[in-house]
Amino acid sequence: MKTMLNVALPKGRLGEKVYDMFAKAGFECPSIKEESRKLIFENESAGVRYFWVKPSDVAIYVERGAADIGVAGKDILLEYSPDVYELFDLDIGKCRMAVAAPSDFRDNPEKTLKVATKFSNIAQRYYSSKGRDIDIIHLNGSIEIAPILGLSDVIVDIVETGTTLKENNLEVFETIVPISARLIANKSSFMFKSGQIEKIVNSMKDM
Amino acid sequence: MNISDKNLKNEERVSFALRALYSKYGYAQYKMSKFEEYDLYVRNKDFLISDGVITFTDTNGRLMALKPDVTLSIIKNCTEAEGTVQKMYYNENVYRVSGSTKSFREIMQVGLECIGDIDAYCISEVLLLAARSLMTISDEWVLDISHLGILNDVIDALCLDETAKREVIKCVGEKNLHEATRLCGDGEAADRIRALISTYGSVREVIPRLRDAGVSKAHIKELGDLTAALDMYGLSKNLRIDFSVVDDIKYYNGIVFKGYVHGVPTSVLSGGQYDNLMKRMGKKAGAIGFAVYLDLLEGLSSKSEKYDVDTLVIYDENEPAESVAQTVARISDTGASVVAQRRVPEKLRYKKLIKLSDGEVTVLEDNA
Repeated sequence: MKTMLNVALPKGRLGEKVYDMFAKAGFECPSIKEESRKLIFENESAGVRYFWVKPSDVAIYVERGAADIGVAGKDILLEYSPDVYELFDLDIGKCRMAVAAPSDFRDNPEKTLKVATKFSNIAQRYYSSKGRDIDIIHLNGSIEIAPILGLSDVIVDIVETGTTLKENNLEVFETIVPISARLIANKSSFMFKSGQIEKIVNSMKDM
Repeated sequence: MNISDKNLKNEERVSFALRALYSKYGYAQYKMSKFEEYDLYVRNKDFLISDGVITFTDTNGRLMALKPDVTLSIIKNCTEAEGTVQKMYYNENVYRVSGSTKSFREIMQVGLECIGDIDAYCISEVLLLAARSLMTISDEWVLDISHLGILNDVIDALCLDETAKREVIKCVGEKNLHEATRLCGDGEAADRIRALISTYGSVREVIPRLRDAGVSKAHIKELGDLTAALDMYGLSKNLRIDFSVVDDIKYYNGIVFKGYVHGVPTSVLSGGQYDNLMKRMGKKAGAIGFAVYLDLLEGLSSKSEKYDVDTLVIYDENEPAESVAQTVARISDTGASVVAQRRVPEKLRYKKLIKLSDGEVTVLEDNA
């Protein structure tokens, strides 16, 4: 029996784009394109099994070996620091991690800066590298309203086009790091399936 | 008493087999107390895999810790004698914060340490034992070997500050070519880093590529000699040279390695030469060792038993104890497992159900 390569794809538009790249690399699985609520798709002849997972969970599936490889945003990798190989920058799903605040915001270094974010670790690391004392307010969504309601001074969040920020009268003050989708691999799987994984990486490099 | 493999859990079987293996090569068991003064870990905090240590105050007021690590205690207590090597193995529980659950866990660890005048033979013996340890665990295994001397030479040539250095080493550990390129830019030294990240595989494939990547002849010879010694045992097909095995250079130097078995998502074996740690602890000798994380083997055997017990005996409440005991003994003498109950326990899976009443045995169910 052929060893199956388990691939965790992030649900959504980015995931579909990524699947097309895998298919081009010779790991096709046509059933994935059919309309259905199924989450696992298999093509035994190509030796590949895909599953759709929540984008922020891809790294967990890969780190724990449920998936051999997967595609995750650099934001998730920076936030959770999973122990995985980061093999390739797909250069898609591009955005940036940024500090945003109301346009009239002036940083007062005498005061502790209140930062609302979904990405506590990234924010903590960024400000501690600058030696700035901050108070992290961890939120799970609608981060943009935190400064409007006076919950925080600034937010640290992903900015793609900036439209959401603008609609909420916020603007980017600093860019922390550029973000894009990365191909990650489980370290143990890489040892035993390196042939298949390398084939994908090399083919993506040529795209 | 005979203990068959059937009675042993995977990690127990491996633990017995490894202890037998290490004794055969003249390693003496090193038994230690569960506690150690906390001070030892504060001074070498970065050496520990996890940050957290469980501490308590002893009756004499000293701050103690439940051991998060064994190596530091062994080094602390080792005596040095020129020209000799102390060979020890241990089988201990350590207490650490587990990476995934962020809470303390008791981790069973078997490992060995070689301390003293370490020469090429010692290193090859430790690598051989690491390989044999992995063979004990599974037929599908890989031992990844790296040389921190090689990595260090290349990193030093980049002339980076400490923070940037750490970031580049992290990239090497992640096989992260794109980020390394961003950090190092162009130039000969940057090309050498990129070459190290993309060079991995069997010894035969890698050694010639290292020559092209400008790695020093002495280091290449060292790697070549070591792996040739393992080749003698026919192990070379499971050996890989891979520079993504990176350990803290404050403690480790020279050869470092990690072992993987198919079916376990992280490395089950980890070790290397730690002369730098010895120096930091005021010892002149060199040292090399490794640990096998037995707790990771729990999930390895996926075969689940179909039945909890071979035979279930149901007896009447009036049945004399002697009669039940006789029936149980008779069945257990045949080698089958047996449990006697007054009524059928919920969810118990049995092969055969027997009723015992007035000394009479009736088979009620036979699923065999």
